[in-house]
Amino acid sequence: MPGCSKTDLHARAALVVAAGLACLPIGAVLGQSKEPIKIGIISEESAIAGAGISRAAQVAADEINAAGGVDGRKLEIVQYDDHSSAADAVRAFQRAVSQDGVVAVIGTYITEIALALEPWAARSHVPFITTGAASNEITRHIHETYDKNRFTFQEYLNSTFIADSICTSIKQLLQPKYVIKSAVVLSEDAAWTTPLDAEYLVCLPKIGVQVLDHIRFSPDTSDFTPLYNKIEGQKPDVIVTGISHTGVQPTVQWAQQQLPIPMIGNSSQATSGTFWRDTNGAAAGIVAFSLAVDGADLTPKTQAFINAYAKRFGEAPPYTGFTTVDAVNVVAQAIKRAGSTDGEKLVTALEQTDYVGTIGRVQFLGRDSEFTHGMKFGDGYVTGIALQWQDGKQVPLWPKAAPQSKIVFPSFTHLSPKP
Amino acid sequence: MSMLAFQILIDGFAISALYGLGAVGFTLMFGVSGVLNLAHGATMVVAAVTAWVVAGHYAANPWLAAVAGVVAGVVTAFATYYLVVRPIQRSRSVPTVEKEIFVLTGTLLWGIMLQEAVAYFYTDNPKTVPPLIAGVMQIGGVRTPVNELLIAVICWAVIGLLWLLVNRTKAGKVLLAASINPRALAILGFELSRVYILVWLIYGVLAGIAGVLLATFLGASSGQASQLTASAFSIVVLGGLGSVAGSLLAAYVIGYLETLTAYLISPTYRSMPALVLLVLVLYVRPNGLLGRR
Repeated sequence: MPGCSKTDLHARAALVVAAGLACLPIGAVLGQSKEPIKIGIISEESAIAGAGISRAAQVAADEINAAGGVDGRKLEIVQYDDHSSAADAVRAFQRAVSQDGVVAVIGTYITEIALALEPWAARSHVPFITTGAASNEITRHIHETYDKNRFTFQEYLNSTFIADSICTSIKQLLQPKYVIKSAVVLSEDAAWTTPLDAEYLVCLPKIGVQVLDHIRFSPDTSDFTPLYNKIEGQKPDVIVTGISHTGVQPTVQWAQQQLPIPMIGNSSQATSGTFWRDTNGAAAGIVAFSLAVDGADLTPKTQAFINAYAKRFGEAPPYTGFTTVDAVNVVAQAIKRAGSTDGEKLVTALEQTDYVGTIGRVQFLGRDSEFTHGMKFGDGYVTGIALQWQDGKQVPLWPKAAPQSKIVFPSFTHLSPKP
Repeated sequence: MSMLAFQILIDGFAISALYGLGAVGFTLMFGVSGVLNLAHGATMVVAAVTAWVVAGHYAANPWLAAVAGVVAGVVTAFATYYLVVRPIQRSRSVPTVEKEIFVLTGTLLWGIMLQEAVAYFYTDNPKTVPPLIAGVMQIGGVRTPVNELLIAVICWAVIGLLWLLVNRTKAGKVLLAASINPRALAILGFELSRVYILVWLIYGVLAGIAGVLLATFLGASSGQASQLTASAFSIVVLGGLGSVAGSLLAAYVIGYLETLTAYLISPTYRSMPALVLLVLVLYVRPNGLLGRR
């Protein structure tokens, strides 16, 4: 340029660069206080349990934002439907992290999908909390390769704990009233029931119940008559179930055929408020395991959440609703504790979780436990509950029975009362 | 041992009757109008879910819900005809020799759309409708839900009515003629388009009844739509495309084969023998058991 010396140019350049550098931190600080914190929710929207996850996340986020957000920043839920496909879930995870900038991912009740997402959480260093998948495999990977897999947390009781909870409920709730000395275990053939059944086979004999048969059926089964006929021929006192992908059909057919043997155990769909309507009342008498239910009053937050969810969506939440609303709060608190949304810092903060949510007191197990990053199970923490469907309502029976409640089985059930 | 045999006999009879009703509609559609409606399963599911919605959300009695379901089946059938099949058949841009494939693909995609729509609004969870008659009865020591027997009775009654329609009424004879030689029928002055409307109406009723009965018996979910279509397809091919008697026979063969497998081996392998049988029949006798062409 005519009239400009070289030193002039250098000075101008230096001035521009310095001005630019000065703007950066101010811009970043200004931007950060307005930017919402994004949490990704990956769920199976066409499934009852899956829809519960995204809905509960919305309820949680709205409540947190109404109370001022997280350190002044709003929580934003970014939702993805994985169509019950692991491939879709992985794509959603990749997109959530790389394009949409989520700081954590919460979701899925399907073990196969949670296992598919676990390595992606490890690769992208983004915490992933499953709020419905039960298999022990999830935490086994964390325990065995902690440095890699520590980004995954299981905010749901694993299959072994579920089986233990159900065995304890049979012992404390049913055995004082009825003769229960034999059972048939009936489970769907899926990843999460392998450890469940293994634990049933151990904990049932411990309470004096002989396992007469162990049946695993394909989740595609639509006609349960042959199975029920086989079971009836073996004359067990109870059927102990491990079902989640199925629920309506086995229950309806059990009632229509008037099978005289009660069903108790894990029936994930029976935890949903819509189950009575879905089965046209065939659910009467089913005893199902869940983490919380209307009237259980596990903590001050339990009923408040049920009411908020029911008001917004017209029905009580399924089990995944409770775990997810707690998970969103756990993440929010971890962000506050860590003072950052960085993945590594979040993991450390999440490990320090001590949160009283809707399901009880939530803490994650540490490296010394075989179920690293699983949820702590036991009195004072999370025990699970047993509910029974009666007259269109889910009645909590264990560990705390609803006032004036009793166990009611359908008239076609044959159980010998305890002498 | 005889208890088990009796159980298999009864269970197999009901399920075969249900399969038979669905397959008869499917084969009639192919025989008369040359359409292999791959949205068949979806049509049944729509009927089932409609019956469930009416029974549950409007607290109606099961019979009213059943009627609503059948109406939904008819509406879906007509929607399939007017939105998918007829436009393709009348299209000038599709070469005549390729029309069948286009209709096949069109109904397949339409079936998927229906399936996804049901899942979107009502989830893919199986829906059940209260049994038309509740309770159980003892038959030779076997405790059977009354509804199961009612299903068999209804299916056969409907099939009987269909037979009367086809063989004893003028409209039915026109249908039969159309399935043998549509061109001749047109030359004789019959309006083919009215024949097609009649066959789609009959198809809608049959698929609607089959869907509703399935919902009262085993339950129906949007995820089952393709499996129901595949079942009907196998039965119809086994029995001979276009032969109503063949479809009924094949329905019973497959229904009993499935029941025997479910009871004696395992419910998981239920559908396998039927598929193996289908392959064998196609090898040995491609026309199917009672096929014409």
